[in-house]
Amino acid sequence: MSEHYPALLVILPLLASFFISAAGWLRPACCFPLAVAALGASLLVSLGLLSIVIGGGPVSYRLGGWAPPWGICYQVDHLNALVLAVVSVVGFINLTAARTHVKKDFPERAGPFYTLYVLFVTGLLGMVVTGDAFNLYVLLEIAAITGYALIAMGKGRAPLSSLNYIFMGTIGACFYLLGVGYLYIVTGSLNMEDIARLLPPLHGSKVVTVAFVIMMVGIWLKMGFFPLHAWLPNAYTYAPSPVSSLVAPLMTKVMVYVMIRMVVTVFTVDYAFGVLGLNEAVVWLAVIAIVAGSVLALAEKDVKRMLTFIVVAEVGYMVGGFWLGNRPGFTGAVLHIVNDALMTLCLFLAVGNIVYAKGNSRWESLPGLFRTMPWTMGALVVGALSIIGVPPTCGFFSKWYLLLGAIQGGHYGFLAALLFSSLVSVVLFFRIFEMGYFEPLGAPHGPTHGQDGTTTVREAPLGMLAPLWITALGLILVGLYTGQIVGRVIRHAVPAMMF
Amino acid sequence: MKTLGLIIVVLVGAVLVYATVDFPPFGDPASPASLHVSPRYIEKTVEETAVPNAVTSVLADYRGFDTMFETTVIFSAGVACFLLLRVSRRRPPASRQYRHRLTGLTFRVKDGREISLPLRDFEPLDSIWTPHDFIIEKVCRYLIPFIQLFGLYVIAHGHESPGGGFQGGVILGASIILLSVSHNLRTALQRMGEKASALFSPFGVLIYAGTGALCLVLGYNFLDYQALAALLPGGPIMARSHGIFLVEVGVGMAVMGTMVWIFKNLASLGRYDEGL
Amino acid sequence: MEEFLRLIIGKYNYWIYITLMMIGLYAMIAKNNLVKKIVGMNIFQTAIILFYISTGVKKGATIPIIEHSHDAAHQAVRAADYINPLPHVLMLTAIVVSVATLGVALAVAIKVYHRYLTLEEDEILKQIREP
Repeated sequence: MSEHYPALLVILPLLASFFISAAGWLRPACCFPLAVAALGASLLVSLGLLSIVIGGGPVSYRLGGWAPPWGICYQVDHLNALVLAVVSVVGFINLTAARTHVKKDFPERAGPFYTLYVLFVTGLLGMVVTGDAFNLYVLLEIAAITGYALIAMGKGRAPLSSLNYIFMGTIGACFYLLGVGYLYIVTGSLNMEDIARLLPPLHGSKVVTVAFVIMMVGIWLKMGFFPLHAWLPNAYTYAPSPVSSLVAPLMTKVMVYVMIRMVVTVFTVDYAFGVLGLNEAVVWLAVIAIVAGSVLALAEKDVKRMLTFIVVAEVGYMVGGFWLGNRPGFTGAVLHIVNDALMTLCLFLAVGNIVYAKGNSRWESLPGLFRTMPWTMGALVVGALSIIGVPPTCGFFSKWYLLLGAIQGGHYGFLAALLFSSLVSVVLFFRIFEMGYFEPLGAPHGPTHGQDGTTTVREAPLGMLAPLWITALGLILVGLYTGQIVGRVIRHAVPAMMF
Repeated sequence: MKTLGLIIVVLVGAVLVYATVDFPPFGDPASPASLHVSPRYIEKTVEETAVPNAVTSVLADYRGFDTMFETTVIFSAGVACFLLLRVSRRRPPASRQYRHRLTGLTFRVKDGREISLPLRDFEPLDSIWTPHDFIIEKVCRYLIPFIQLFGLYVIAHGHESPGGGFQGGVILGASIILLSVSHNLRTALQRMGEKASALFSPFGVLIYAGTGALCLVLGYNFLDYQALAALLPGGPIMARSHGIFLVEVGVGMAVMGTMVWIFKNLASLGRYDEGL
Repeated sequence: MEEFLRLIIGKYNYWIYITLMMIGLYAMIAKNNLVKKIVGMNIFQTAIILFYISTGVKKGATIPIIEHSHDAAHQAVRAADYINPLPHVLMLTAIVVSVATLGVALAVAIKVYHRYLTLEEDEILKQIREP
């Protein structure tokens, strides 16, 4: 059975989504258990796959039984086995927390909600596992379309933000598709490894250069890399809580993975860093992204919106770390995919709890929260420490590798940006802690005092706290086991040409 | 915004033109795209899958996995439109209008009151005027069965001629939409209810993915239709052909159901009471 | 000059797809009405379809349905006689994706209209700024 794991990983949630959709009409109570079973099964499969890859090296799977350049094949190596595990873990944990929100906010639409949720995770898993450039596009669109709909469910400006996201996302996906087309026209192949084999004689071709540039721009649009981030803050802010805690940790990280996969596997490190020599410029773009994201976050007066700008800054970390083009930089970028997914999940879940209890997450809702919601705020502290980069939380270790990479690459601008953004994070989060801890309930900032003072704010229910704390403890655990992750997984994923 | 748009457009356009200069000549049979992967599809399609239409065999067999997700994209768009638009709370409209079928007399029921009328004699009317033309109604009524028959033909004959699940499914869906456009939404809903279209689309994709899973259960790779030789007559090559047919039927159902579903949601703004 | 003209005429499909694509992109960025932007998005996606289909063309070839495949004396098939089926298959996917995106975009636009009672972007932004 284990040889079918790569297919099962995607097929199980896909099949389940049809049953969830039907159950929405016939037996609505079954939707949530079905979704949990599907994502739980795919979580187990992804962990099994990770252990297979650690034990025996890369695995490939031919879909339909056709050999790679003709058929589609799945390639699982150390890099994507790790990302697969992260995606399925985050998708699963967040699903368990989503139930309470769904019951409160849109109980009558649980069926389609869980269907799209599971399809979104399926799309991301498929993007990560595939070894075919065009198949990646199809799965990208599945994740995108479900994401648009889930985001548009929110209140207020959500539909407008979602529409902006649709425009930007479509441009991004189409640029990627056009890049694939350019590669196809010069190589005649769609399989990633096959393209990589055919490309070296074509390195001088203008078509390949433009394919590379246009693909990167498309992927950056999708991940919200700084000058192209305009759609991201609104879309993530106005989305319903269970959706923002799903999309924010996963979509950007998976796109970073796609970027790494495209550069490393398709175009090869030689071409991207050697022939084109764009790395210096891209690292400077990343520096701008980090600084701009941090500064914009300072201006916000809403915790959720502030977090979205932190996401923009974190994208800069990963892009910059990868484009440093050396071993520690690459390690830091990949490790940061793992850590940032978990940190962002932790913070967005905590904010979700605050929104659940108070109705919003603006500054004026914060006072007194440490007393009324100690568990939620406790987890928020752990997540914040990780973003800032305090050991033993995992955020410290990836930042450490990124710093090492910056020093080794002699890129002091990136180094300075990392330190600056850490300092800004300290300011950002300690402002929140100060308001939540020292200011009494509804005293100075409280226009909501009149109504809220009478209704006591309660801690979020256990169904939301448990996933939150599992994530928070996970942050510390991943931090403690960083050596294992780097030594047994990421070390094998680093391309041989990097030093 | 206009100048910014112009600058971006000119920049991107220039980059694309720059690349086009290096493209292989247009229509060249010796370009890399026509030499590397695709000759096998053309030369071996009959031999390997018993399907003369290379597009069908590539679509549903060589790259069948893509197509499964393509159908899933359609399905998720259907679910997305439903999730976004469907209004579940039924607020009674301010007034309703009915027409007596025999006399053509119309009258109005005010203040959202419910009255029970024999719907055989009385026909509910839309609150905004929708065109209502005797000739169009009758012509469409006679045309629709033939359109549907043609849709089924396109699905079933995709192996031999241009066609297949997507094209046939769209034709079938269009026939229901035509009914709705030429009559009104209620008539179309009587023929194919909301639940029917909503269940058709996951069921269609389920046929596709289920065929693949069946192959997996039979001990082959996912979507490797050879496995079906154990269940169907004709050997492994014919099994591929049969597998492609099964999958195309699934695609047809999913596309038809979803087209109609999306149309109903968009046309009635999710209220399912009136519309085109 | 002759060289240049040959370039223009020899690749006219590609010039047309670039033009179409830029029209779509411009509409998406610069138009004020949200539905016009959605239409622009559709043009943009369709342009890519034209590009892919152009890559599959072979001069003097016919549609990729093998003739006489059921004859007993089934002669060898030459790939140069039939156009490349792969871009067609890929573009079937792209068509489906663009239809799906269009459906979702229209549904979202309907929601936007319900909230702001207009689809003009500047009017919406004005409503947001001064509630």
